[in-house]
Amino acid sequence: MPHASPARLDAAFLALADPTRRAILTRLTHGEATVMELAEPFAMSQPAVSRHLKVLEGAGLITRRAEGTRRHCRLSKAGVESIDQWLGLLRRALEANYDRLDEVLAGMDKPEDPK
Amino acid sequence: MSKMTLTTEGDRHILVTRRFAASPEAVYRAHTDPALIQKWLLGPDGWTMPSCEIDPRPGGSFRYEWANDKGAGFHLTGEFEALEPFSRIVHVERMFLPDRTPDNHVETRFEPDGSGTLMTMRMTLPDEATRKAMLSTGMEHGMEASYARLETMI
Repeated sequence: MPHASPARLDAAFLALADPTRRAILTRLTHGEATVMELAEPFAMSQPAVSRHLKVLEGAGLITRRAEGTRRHCRLSKAGVESIDQWLGLLRRALEANYDRLDEVLAGMDKPEDPK
Repeated sequence: MSKMTLTTEGDRHILVTRRFAASPEAVYRAHTDPALIQKWLLGPDGWTMPSCEIDPRPGGSFRYEWANDKGAGFHLTGEFEALEPFSRIVHVERMFLPDRTPDNHVETRFEPDGSGTLMTMRMTLPDEATRKAMLSTGMEHGMEASYARLETMI
């Protein structure tokens, strides 16, 4: 079993399901950035970006620190590989789906109405 | 051992393949029959799909709703662009988390493979221009409130 708790995986999965948040993480792979710098390419207000950052922080993918009046964001250790991690979570969700589908198909193959 | 492959093509495409020990007709039906979809399209453990509405015709729409035992939930809506029984489904979908995420375009193919089926799913994720267009259409207001809800949910 993975060491991460299911709740944590759900949080990361939902956090990364949003393309804007994946784009923010991609930006942070180039290095630390302030909320203002992150908001700029998205034509979003700083409060709106802050909401995204809160979700990412809550999922453990970024860390934030204050320096004077500025807040700096950086990828956390868990967030460094987070795009791959998102793909990993997607892979796990799909694998779980298709394993269940195998069982559904096995049930369907049984002739329910023999002719 | 995993029967599934998941690879990326560039920044915008995800390619998934999976083999099934059933005919293309059966696998196709499991993708279009709501009673069957509700049994398997559930994602991570702990989630169920209490509601599944689907109109499997070109131009028809669908809506899936998931819930977990902690009272959290989200839904997805989509429209079918092409349905070719029992070989190909093209649809567009987006999630509501609860905010609407940009559209994902998905093509799913079912090909005979020995006595079973090879399924190939190609997902096209939105580009940056799409994301910017969405964000500049006044969604931001509603988003702030719903992100607050999402924060309490996760």
